Amino acid sequence: MTVRNPSSVTRPRSDTERILDQSFLWLTRLLAYAIAAVLLAIAFQVLVQSLPAIQRFGVGFIFSQDWDPVKESYGALPMIYGTLVSALIALLLAVPIGVGIAVFLSENFLPLQVRTVLVFLVELLAAIPSVVYGLWGIFVLIPILRGFGVWLFENFGWFPLFSTQPSGPGMLPAGVILTIMILPIITAISRDSLASLPPELRQASIGLGATRWETIIRVLIPAAFSGIVGAVMLALGRAMGETMAVTMLIGNANTVNVSLLAPGNTIASLLANQFAEASGLQVAALMYAGLILFVLTFIVNIFAELVILKVKKF
Amino acid sequence: MNPQDRPSHSVGSPKAASATPVLETRNLNIYYGSFLAVREVSMSIPNNQVTAFIGPSGCGKSTLLRCFNRLNDLIETFRVEGDLNYHGQNLYAPKVDAVDVRRRIGMVFQKPNPFPKSIYENVVYGARVNGYKGDLDELVERSLTQAALWDEVKDKLKTSGLALSGGQQQRLCIARTIAVQPEVVLMDEPCASLDPISTLKIEELMHELKQQYTIVIVTHNMQQASRVSDVTAFFNVRLTDTGKRSGYLVEHDRTENIFQNPKEESTQEYVSGRFG
Amino acid sequence: MALTSPEISPPVIDSLERKNSFRSLFDIVMTVVVAVFLAIALVPLIAVIAYVIIQGGSRISLDLFTQLPPPPMVDGGGFANAIVGTLIMVGLAALISVPIGILIAIYLSEFSPPSVARAIRFATNVLNGVPSIIVGVFAYGLIVLTFKTFSALAGGIALSVLMLPIVIRTSDEALQIVPPDVRWASVGLGASDYQTVLRVVVPAALPAIVTGVTLAVARASGETAPLIFTALFTQFWPQGLLEPTPSLAVLVYNFAGVPFKNQQELAWAASLLLVLLVLITSVIARFATRRKIY
Repeated sequence: MTVRNPSSVTRPRSDTERILDQSFLWLTRLLAYAIAAVLLAIAFQVLVQSLPAIQRFGVGFIFSQDWDPVKESYGALPMIYGTLVSALIALLLAVPIGVGIAVFLSENFLPLQVRTVLVFLVELLAAIPSVVYGLWGIFVLIPILRGFGVWLFENFGWFPLFSTQPSGPGMLPAGVILTIMILPIITAISRDSLASLPPELRQASIGLGATRWETIIRVLIPAAFSGIVGAVMLALGRAMGETMAVTMLIGNANTVNVSLLAPGNTIASLLANQFAEASGLQVAALMYAGLILFVLTFIVNIFAELVILKVKKF
Repeated sequence: MNPQDRPSHSVGSPKAASATPVLETRNLNIYYGSFLAVREVSMSIPNNQVTAFIGPSGCGKSTLLRCFNRLNDLIETFRVEGDLNYHGQNLYAPKVDAVDVRRRIGMVFQKPNPFPKSIYENVVYGARVNGYKGDLDELVERSLTQAALWDEVKDKLKTSGLALSGGQQQRLCIARTIAVQPEVVLMDEPCASLDPISTLKIEELMHELKQQYTIVIVTHNMQQASRVSDVTAFFNVRLTDTGKRSGYLVEHDRTENIFQNPKEESTQEYVSGRFG
Repeated sequence: MALTSPEISPPVIDSLERKNSFRSLFDIVMTVVVAVFLAIALVPLIAVIAYVIIQGGSRISLDLFTQLPPPPMVDGGGFANAIVGTLIMVGLAALISVPIGILIAIYLSEFSPPSVARAIRFATNVLNGVPSIIVGVFAYGLIVLTFKTFSALAGGIALSVLMLPIVIRTSDEALQIVPPDVRWASVGLGASDYQTVLRVVVPAALPAIVTGVTLAVARASGETAPLIFTALFTQFWPQGLLEPTPSLAVLVYNFAGVPFKNQQELAWAASLLLVLLVLITSVIARFATRRKIY
C-alpha cells in the first residue's frame, strides 16, 4: 500500500536522541535555577564571613563611629551615613535632570533621528568605566568644584551643610560624580515608561485644550509615575553600591560630618580601601559592613524591580 | 443546526473513499484550558488522497490539523480527549514520542517560513536532524524537483532561502517537508499569502504529491478545495452557552458530493457562498 | 503672527491663539529648561572623553604595549602586563559566563513555564543590581580565602558573576525576537527540542547574542571594584591563574592616586584604552542591533 522509499530519511528516534533531548532541557533548567543559588551564595558567603564581627559588635556596629584596626574596635556609622548622604545628593540632582531629559527625548521636540542619537549619547554615560570617572574627577571635577565650594563656604558658611573649608575631595564631588553615573538609568527607564503610555492619553489632553507641557505635567508624568519611581529606586541602588569613582573622590575620612564640603566615606569605598590589606577581625568587620550594603541595595533593588515589573504589565 | 442531533452518517469512513485510512479520529475533543475549541470530531483521512478541511473562521479546522502532528503540544493549556489514531496507534498515548510523530507527519505552514539559511541547508535540515547518512545532494535535487522548484534554484542553492519570492519560499518549505519523506503532509492554508500564479503551481504540485503522500489541506478557499481535494470535510462553528465559539465537524464526504449534493443544509449554504 | 499673514490664518484662529500667552510662555520656558538639562548631561560625557583622549593620547606609544610599569621617578615604561592580565581575567570570565548565560537564556525563552521564567528573570535583574564591590567580597571569600592567595581566578570569577546577568538578558531578548513560525517549521520536521534550539533558534539570534556578549566583555574590562582585592595588582607579568594579576582598571586606580607624573600619564593612557573599548563596542552594537536580523 505505502510507496515509502525503503531507504527512508525518517527513522524512529533512538534512545540516545531522547536522552540527549532530556539532558539538554535539564542542563538549561538547572543552570537557570542556579541563578537564584548564586544570589543566595553571595548572601551566605558575606554573612558567614562577617559572623565574628556580628558576634563581637552586634547591632552596635551600625551606631558606632569608631573604626580603629589597632584597638580592634569597629563601627560603621560614618560609612552608612556617607553611603546614604552621597546617594541622596545624587538623587536630588539626577531625578529632575534625568526625568526632564526623559520627557525631552520621549516627546517629539526634536526629529526622531536626532533623538535616537541623543538617547544613545546619554546611554554612553553608563558605559564609561567607573574608575575613569574617578580619574577624571580627581584631575578635572575637584578643581572645578573647589572654587564653587569656597564660594559656598564664604557666603553660606553659617549653614551646617557648607560649614567647613573645602578640602578638595569630599561628599560634594562624590555626589556630583554619582549624579552623572546614575543619570542614564533614570533617563532610560523613565523614557521607556513615558514612551509606552497609550497615545490616546496625549490626544485626549491636547484635545481638551491643554498645552504640551500641561499635558506632560498633569497627564503623562502622573501616568508614568510608577515607572519613574522604579527608575529612581534602581538609581538609588546603583548609587549606594557604586565604588571606584566615589572612593577616588570622597576623601575616605571615617567620621560623620554634616558639611558636604568635608570628606566622608561610604561602605563601598571602605571595602575598596581596606580589604586588600585587612586580616583577622578587620576582615570580619569589613564583611559586616559589606553585609549591610548588600542588604540595603538588595531591598532597594527588589522594590525597584517589583515596581518596574508592575509597570511592564500594561 | 445543533451538532447533537446531526445524523450519524458523518461518523466513520465515507463510503466513496475506498482507500484505507491513515489517520482516524473518534469523538475527538480539543480543549484550551477549560475551553472546548473543537468538539466530537469523528472522521478518517484516506491514504494517498487529498483531504480538504473547509469552514468559516474559528471552526477549529487549523486546530484539528495541528493535532495530527502534535504541534499543539507547544501550547501550554492545550489538551485532547478521545482518540486520534495513526495506523491504529493513538497519537496521544503517553508513550508516543511527539518528535517521532512529526517525522512521519510533516507540516507546511500558512506563511512561508524558511529558515534563515541557504536553500540547500533548508532542504537538508530535516535529514540532518534525523541523522540521515545518505547522499544529501541527491536528496536536495529530488526534493526540489518534486516541489517543482529545482529548475528555478539549481544554480543558487547557496543563497538564502529568504531571498526567494513568496511562492518559491512556500515551495521550498514543501520541499523541506517532503525531504524527510513523511507519510502525511499537512498544509495549513499553504496558499493564503501567495499570488494566483504561485497558488496554481502549488495546487498542481499537490496533484503530483498525492501519488506518494497523504495530504491534508486547510483552506479558506472553496474553489481551491474543489480543485485539489478528493475528500472534503466541512466544519462549522456555534456559540456555546458562555458565548464562546466552538467548532464541530458537520459532514465529510467525497468532494463532488460535498459541493454538488451535500447532506446538510449548512454545508449547502456554505459551499454556495451564502454565509461564512 | 497671523496678523502679518492674514491670507494664511483667518482672524478667528488668531484671536484664539493669542489669549493663552502665559500658557505658551510656560511651554517655551519648560522646553528650554529640559533642553538645558540635556546639555548638562552631555557636558560630562564630552569632557570625560575629551580629557581621556587629550591626556591619554599624548602618551600612546608602542612601549605601552610591550613594557612593564616603571618604578616611581623613572620615565617611560608601559602596561603590557596589565593588558595581558585584563585579557586573561576577562577571557576567563567570558569562558564561564557566556555558555552558562546563553543556556539560561535558552531555558527562559524556549522551555520554561511563564511563571518560572518571570521569577528567574527577576532574580537575574536583582543579581545585576548587586554592587560590584559585593561581588568582589564574594569572590574574596570563595576563592582568595580558600586558596590563600590573590589570583586571576578570583578576579575572573568575580567578573563572570557581573557579566552573567548581562549575557542572560541580552541573549534572552535576542531569542525572544526569533519568530515562532521558524520554531514550528523545525519542530514540524521532526527536530528534537535541542536540535530546534541549537540549529535554528540560536543561529537566528546569533548576531544579537554576539552583540550582547561583546558589550558585556567591554563593560567587564573596565570593572575595577571586584578586582582590587581579588586579583590585586603586580608590577610584573602575570605568573599564573593562582597568582596576583595586574589589570588596566586597577592600574588606573593605583596610579591615579600617586604624585608621580609618569604614573598619572600611564593611568590616563590606560583609561583611553578602556574608554575606546566601550565606545567602539557600544557604537558597533548600536549599528549591529539596528540591522534587521530577520
